[in-house]
Amino acid sequence: MSPIGATTSELLAHMERGEFSSVALCEAAFDRIAACDDRVGAFLHVDREAALQQAAQVDDKRRRGAPLGRLAGLPVAVKDVICTRGQPTTCASKMLEGFTPPYDAHVVSKLREADAVIIGKTNLDEFAMGSSTENSAYKTTRNPWNLACTPGGSSGGSAAAVAAGMVPLSLGSDTGGSIRQPAGFCGLVGMKPTYGRISRYGLIAYASSLDQIGPFAHDVAGAALLLEVLAGHDPRDSTSLPMPVPSYTAALEEPLKGLKIGVAVEHFVAGLDREVEAAVRQALDVYRCLGAEIREISLPHSKYAVAVYYTIAPSEASSNLARYDGVHYGHRAAQFENMIDMYCASRGEGFGKEVKRRIMLGAYALSAGYYDAYYLKGLKVRRLIRNDFDAAFAQCDLIASPVAPTPAFKIGELVNDPLAMYLSDIYTLSANLAGLPGVSIPAGFSSGGLPIGLQLLGPPLAEDRLLRAARMHERATDWHTRRPEVV
Amino acid sequence: MPTQLTPAEVQHVAMLARLKLTPAEVADFASQLGRMLDYFQVLNEVDTEDVEPMSYAVEVRNVFREDVVQPSLPRAEALMNAPKTDGQCFLVPQILDGG
Repeated sequence: MSPIGATTSELLAHMERGEFSSVALCEAAFDRIAACDDRVGAFLHVDREAALQQAAQVDDKRRRGAPLGRLAGLPVAVKDVICTRGQPTTCASKMLEGFTPPYDAHVVSKLREADAVIIGKTNLDEFAMGSSTENSAYKTTRNPWNLACTPGGSSGGSAAAVAAGMVPLSLGSDTGGSIRQPAGFCGLVGMKPTYGRISRYGLIAYASSLDQIGPFAHDVAGAALLLEVLAGHDPRDSTSLPMPVPSYTAALEEPLKGLKIGVAVEHFVAGLDREVEAAVRQALDVYRCLGAEIREISLPHSKYAVAVYYTIAPSEASSNLARYDGVHYGHRAAQFENMIDMYCASRGEGFGKEVKRRIMLGAYALSAGYYDAYYLKGLKVRRLIRNDFDAAFAQCDLIASPVAPTPAFKIGELVNDPLAMYLSDIYTLSANLAGLPGVSIPAGFSSGGLPIGLQLLGPPLAEDRLLRAARMHERATDWHTRRPEVV
Repeated sequence: MPTQLTPAEVQHVAMLARLKLTPAEVADFASQLGRMLDYFQVLNEVDTEDVEPMSYAVEVRNVFREDVVQPSLPRAEALMNAPKTDGQCFLVPQILDGG
């Protein structure tokens, strides 16, 4: 059996039975990367030596019968916006070229404690700002299902790495859909947990009130396992929730009885691709056959989500990214006239265009005379969006929707039209604004052979419910078993 | 007519954000930011009278911890990514007049 494209449960079982060592598994991962990453472009950095050394330690523990972590020996890729001690972390930006964090992010510590093997760091839109992984200062990542298409973004490298069979699991971050949209575009399970469920310590900030880390996997069990390892309170992130973490894997096979799924009228409007709509409706039929009740609900403020997001996220970004001053770390210009000019020149040279665009938009929205009209107004409509969800969840357990209005778009297609690119996140942004958990699951293919995702959203801390519902659909379909031919 | 920022307005915001822009970037941002600001006008349809702004998804609570000194990064590690140091401190261009 080839480990390429296998699920986490399969790989863990093989290692347990002694059919694969972790070293063999990691070598297969590096071979796969060597064979196809020059075309896919998922990784910015791989550390073969460190990974194989760690894999050998896990194999040794297993041989000795020592206690093993939940991810023992599994290769995992990490989005390059998450700090890894001693390994470069660039945010796909020239600003952080050569930056090596002196500490591990909380989630990286969790991976190490669970005996996972970190294979490398994956490409993204610079500082996680984008929906296509084209805004990287280093390379463009391509969709393993069709190399002419984007894998989505901003966690496009993490999604492509799993979809292409390089690793079975990866970490992404999701500020407006950056896990769920690439999961949808690449035919994976991708989850954004409730805001605060996973510590953001060591996640390089884009928009702090919206950012969350989450898992990518081929199947629901893989995503549930990784979430279980990562979730929990961390005193180093004061927004992390001090609630106990349930076992997401334990009850996964138990179908939910009397499940009520809400479908928002506002989600099925002009701009939604016909094949995407058909796939979502087909998924709803699957749930109907499984005994779920489909209820029409309304999210009247959802049409404002893009405007609200782009008043709030760039404002937070303009503040967060003020730390790149060419003094403590990051790029410093070679030529400048004085201190202020050093800041301006270093930042002008270090940041790419989309990052500058968002910093400018945020600085404008926060500047004297405009704060009330843009930022404060955005925060008020944000509450109305959350109120819509609270009202909807009084009538249903989950909300089902498309992940994105279309399947993966072509590389270059939207890159010169920022507003059109921003509008592609219309279905995913609201969950970040409201702080809700959401999962994208494979739900079909377009006539062109591109994956189509289904998004399920739940009330705060309903990850267990979302994953069980996702597993119900997965058991009744075989979309998640397909793998692309990366040639 | 779509909103256009003037080059002076773009330069003003760029200075607030400490960004040196190329002339081409100034021109692009003048129209692109204008287009976004036009798009934001849709929010004016929404009646937000008496709506509390929502800064965070988790309702605001104070998070306290004991005021106890914890180990911090060793100096060498804190300095290791800096563009310019003397081994003890971060070095920056002269800020105060020499005279």
